[in-house]
Amino acid sequence: MTPPLLELKGIAKAYAGVQALKGVDFTLHSGEVHALLGENGAGKSTLIRVVTGAHQPDAGSISIDGRALHYLTPRQAHALGIACIYQQPALFPELTVAENIGLRLEPATALRRIAWKRRRQRARDLLSRIGASIDPESEVRELSMPEQQLVEIACTVGAGARVIVMDEPTASLTRNEQEVLFTVVRELRSQGAGIIYISHRLEEIFALADRVTVLRDGSSVGSTGVTETDEARLIRMMVGRELSQVYPEAADSPGDALLSIRELHAPSVGIRNVSFEVRSGEVFGLSGLVGAGRTELAHALFGLAPITGGTVTLRGKEIRPRNPAEAIAEGIAYVPEDRRRHGIIGEMPVAQNVTMAIHRRIFPASLLQLRKEDRLSRQYIDELSIRCAGSWAPASSLSGGNQQKVSVARWLATKPRLLILDEPTQGVDIGAKVEIHRLIRSLASQGIAVLLISSDLPEVIGMSDRIGVMRGGTLAEILPGRSEAPAVMAAALGQPAPKAESG
Amino acid sequence: MKRYFRELSVTAALLLVLGGLAVAAPSFFQAQPLLSLATREAPTLLVACGIALVIIGRQIDISVGSQFGLCGVCAGMLAASGWHPVLVLPAGVAIGALLGAFNGLLVAGLGLPSIVVTLGTMVTWREGLRWIRQGQFVDLPRDLQWFGLPQAAGQAILIATALAIFALLALAMRGLAGGRHVYAVGADAEAARLAGLRPSWVTFKTFVILGALTGLAAMMNMVQSPQVDPKSGTGLELKAIAAVVVGGVAITGGRGNLAGVFSGLLLLACISPALIHLRIEAYWEKAIQGGIILLAVIADGFRRHGKG
Repeated sequence: MTPPLLELKGIAKAYAGVQALKGVDFTLHSGEVHALLGENGAGKSTLIRVVTGAHQPDAGSISIDGRALHYLTPRQAHALGIACIYQQPALFPELTVAENIGLRLEPATALRRIAWKRRRQRARDLLSRIGASIDPESEVRELSMPEQQLVEIACTVGAGARVIVMDEPTASLTRNEQEVLFTVVRELRSQGAGIIYISHRLEEIFALADRVTVLRDGSSVGSTGVTETDEARLIRMMVGRELSQVYPEAADSPGDALLSIRELHAPSVGIRNVSFEVRSGEVFGLSGLVGAGRTELAHALFGLAPITGGTVTLRGKEIRPRNPAEAIAEGIAYVPEDRRRHGIIGEMPVAQNVTMAIHRRIFPASLLQLRKEDRLSRQYIDELSIRCAGSWAPASSLSGGNQQKVSVARWLATKPRLLILDEPTQGVDIGAKVEIHRLIRSLASQGIAVLLISSDLPEVIGMSDRIGVMRGGTLAEILPGRSEAPAVMAAALGQPAPKAESG
Repeated sequence: MKRYFRELSVTAALLLVLGGLAVAAPSFFQAQPLLSLATREAPTLLVACGIALVIIGRQIDISVGSQFGLCGVCAGMLAASGWHPVLVLPAGVAIGALLGAFNGLLVAGLGLPSIVVTLGTMVTWREGLRWIRQGQFVDLPRDLQWFGLPQAAGQAILIATALAIFALLALAMRGLAGGRHVYAVGADAEAARLAGLRPSWVTFKTFVILGALTGLAAMMNMVQSPQVDPKSGTGLELKAIAAVVVGGVAITGGRGNLAGVFSGLLLLACISPALIHLRIEAYWEKAIQGGIILLAVIADGFRRHGKG
């Protein structure tokens, strides 16, 4: 029997103490489309980085054609015929198709004379080999997204790639464009390539893939032929995990509707027809896959993206904030995703970060009152038990969890009616996570309406009184709190909820 | 202490130079030459403070030299046409603010890169001046020089004004919410925006303030002589930016203070008279200034890397 094209055994990888992969096995045969499935953060991207040599695993072995590789670099991966096609094609928009293909495939010597005719001919050959009708002379920026993807695929074919990774290639394609892509993928498979296909769309996996491997929490849960499984079973494999943590008790009875959204449209960020209500004292979870529009919805509410239709009513008053300052004035607070970039200002002391959004209120006549600022920030340091050397310490000197608390403190200081938290526990350690959960619950019990965006399924299920599941820019379903994880995942994927199975 | 290490080390270097001069060339410390040194540098101090604001806000303005020239010439022509000095001086400041607002509008309003915008205005204003004046000086009415006062009194007024404005600005950067906003926008404009500030409005204001300060500096320069040179202000942007950088303001924005800029400016300004008093040939001045600037930039580089 021929050895597999690509074989990963026991791959482990940790980033800054977070175990992203915990001993993953994965086998890809020649002439196979192998789907890789898993919820956000399950380890798919990390696994791909290991396969393409971008990151080196901490443990485990990689072999190609049965030959073990000790240390895979991107250059080596390229030479071995491993290629990756990302969602966003990485082409030079100002250059022509032929020039882009030439840049990838021709040796990169500065003084080499370019054989223009040969370059064009090669581009034409490659494009026709994958069945794409694109003029090699057209500039890439004139091409549609799927056409650019086809150019990428032509490059990988030209480079003689045998292992082709496709990371959600259909995310921005229409149905017809998908069909074109599928034809190309099947063509590549029949030519003997092995394709690792990542997609959240289960129907695609059943239409295209031969095998599927499910990742969960950095481990492979199982590999199976697509004909031997069904959608419900795959969903259970993706989420089949107990709530490993104790979440604080939910409120007894939330109050009146505080935020009411009716048919909200914000087309610039792809939000359409969103309607829901959040009551005071309620934690309303927003779940969904990456790109489903959760953060974008928050941006629209916070005045970062224009609302073009529908109504937002907060405390009985219709509002349409045009910028964050107006949103803050209406009592909306938004703790952004990725605090390291925009949640805090690292160079500034904790105290200055805490008061950043309330200058107008606490400093009448714009005069900074440093003592007052210090007192206020120390109050929050105590209240949220932020561990820092002092209120004067630069925010960047704090640990991730404590930086997040500073970011939360800034927004609590605005005394918000509606608090939007975007991935509040991403990248914080478990202890800080529990503290943040407790904090969220205690804020809600003070009558604040909390909108909790989280990719962490157990978190969103454990914390929320109700869960809104977003899909394709709209709120697809509202589920009760403490729903079963498979039901939430099914809603996010747009599948009918799997029936509970005994055992 | 550690936070202001950079500013303190510039000040220490300045004191070291002054101390060395006190030993090696006591003749440096004579009232008259020092007074004229201070008078000469007073306008530069204001421009450097303005540039510091703009750089702390993560922008740059290299058109200040041309703004300076244009303000001087326009105000001079107003004075020559019979305007009273009480009107001419505010007019010069207003013209500066207007020129700054023009830069600010392009940078903050349209989101254009400030280096390119101000390169454009730098060349345009300078060429405009050449076209208006054909290289001719503007003759000023007699009563404008030193405000019609004795020279010593005029010098005292200039120096006092510059110091007062410097002190007010330094206090404002520390003690006003507006100053804090400049730091926040310079450190992370997106974070500032998410916190409800308006980065483009803040940026616009820094350019207007810089323009007004440049206009005022041009007025302070104008009253020192009987004529206005249409080429005045040439190279001023480099002097001012050098003082700002040596003074510890991070060219990447968000860090620095005006006290450091003050020390940086004095350090660079002392070199030339110091060389004279030490009887070293004057052509070393530029080399030494360049060395100081490089040293400052390298120190900043180490600081950034040290922090990771």
